[in-house]
Amino acid sequence: MNDQPQEADFRRGALAILVEGTKAELSSGLGEIGELPPFEEVRRPESGLVMVRGRAGGDGHPFNLGEATVSRTAIRLASGETGFGYVLGRDHERSRLIAICDALMQHDDYREPVEQHVLGPIRTRRSDEKNLLAQRTAATRVDFFTLVRGEDA
Amino acid sequence: MYVAVKGGERAIENAHTLLAHERRGDPSVPELSLAQISQQLTLAVDRVMTEGSLYDRDLAALAIKQARGDLIEAIFLLRAFRATLPRFGATAPVDTAAMDIRRRISATFKDLPGGQVLGPTFDYTHRLLEPSTDAPVSEPATGAAYEGTTPRVTDLLANDDLIERDDNSASAIPGDLTREPLSFPAERDLRLQNLARGDEGFLLALGYSTQRGYGRTHPFAGEIRLGDVEVEFFAEDAGFAVPLGHITMTECQMINQFAGSATEAPKFTRGYGLAFGHCERKVMSMALVDRALRARELGEEQAAPAQDEEFVLSHSDNVQATGFVEHLKLPHYVDFQAELGLVRRLRAQFESAQDVGDVPVREAAE
Repeated sequence: MNDQPQEADFRRGALAILVEGTKAELSSGLGEIGELPPFEEVRRPESGLVMVRGRAGGDGHPFNLGEATVSRTAIRLASGETGFGYVLGRDHERSRLIAICDALMQHDDYREPVEQHVLGPIRTRRSDEKNLLAQRTAATRVDFFTLVRGEDA
Repeated sequence: MYVAVKGGERAIENAHTLLAHERRGDPSVPELSLAQISQQLTLAVDRVMTEGSLYDRDLAALAIKQARGDLIEAIFLLRAFRATLPRFGATAPVDTAAMDIRRRISATFKDLPGGQVLGPTFDYTHRLLEPSTDAPVSEPATGAAYEGTTPRVTDLLANDDLIERDDNSASAIPGDLTREPLSFPAERDLRLQNLARGDEGFLLALGYSTQRGYGRTHPFAGEIRLGDVEVEFFAEDAGFAVPLGHITMTECQMINQFAGSATEAPKFTRGYGLAFGHCERKVMSMALVDRALRARELGEEQAAPAQDEEFVLSHSDNVQATGFVEHLKLPHYVDFQAELGLVRRLRAQFESAQDVGDVPVREAAE
């Protein structure tokens, strides 16, 4: 915790995987860890919106593209670690499970089990899906040729 | 003047029951599930999310089902739903250069770094109806996945200064027309937000008009890309930018000619389109209209409809347009009575004038 940017980067990295998890993946992964430490909800699960921004030309001034639904929850372990679950969609339970995982990832006793039982399987599944999509996309690669017509010949 | 109309409660209630019955159709045909709409009518869902201005596939599928496939009605439902939720904030601007590419084509460069991939496209299909068969869908072919980066095509040209760079120096918070009513002249951030929510058909027609000579901008489709981008949101309570997941988007970069001016060397200019989901026709149209609306900024003559920002931006929203057009079918009895009285009076005046006027005409003829 003494290096805050590093801590935030570590949590962001884990959250980037957690938000891709399905409710079933998150809850069964947590189930395999066994007894969880006591915690309380400091922000009950709720749904809302975030305005998604793009940039003019992809790299220019930001503009508001449209909104997306988001759910969020915050929980605090009895030992003091606070976890946040922010995720696209209206599934409150998913955001609650993500918040629990985020808090556990900051706890020395649980970091490794969460990595192994929750993050690992999601990361593997997501990586397989991305690879398959990339491979299928690659099969549609196209080479266009420009042909010189023979007027001069 | 508005006067309340009473009565009709029973008729309205019965009409809504009848609507639900019609929506269900023949009960011997299995009912459509939301998953079927979300999975098999994906492009309808994408359009409703883009113009409904709300990224939520499940809600868009529900809206399409409830609206009996009327997409503008579905867009209306989504807009109404969005008004019921609080807004937590805004995401960091998405980085489309870091997109997981599912389709990427360029009509200007055949050899792009990262290559061109057709992805799931209607292009080059024969447009022949194929009576459905029960044959299983073939497994898609696979190739060696591309490992490198896929820079936007406009970044390639920008390195030679042949194309304008978009100015991203200012970190100003973009305007939001869902919070502040649109006023004119409107800057590009608000124009792009308006066009992103705008009706695809309206923008398609306007874009087409620029190609046919009404505000000609000589466009080339520099790049069209479809894929998934990560979105991040700065959560104040967490104190850092939290990843929210990924969103599918389509982006179009149009490249247009620009003659240059006394102070600027000739270079290519750009028009931009961005949408939720796979909305290729929409982003191409949006990019054409975005470029046409930059006439004022680029000192071009503004004579065509697509260059008239007040005309374009005031009429692009199909929910607003529907509201005003369709309100005509609601009871206007009192307004009409007043107009009827006025027409009767005018006719009486006209007839008495005719009577008076007739006399001298007759005299002259005699």
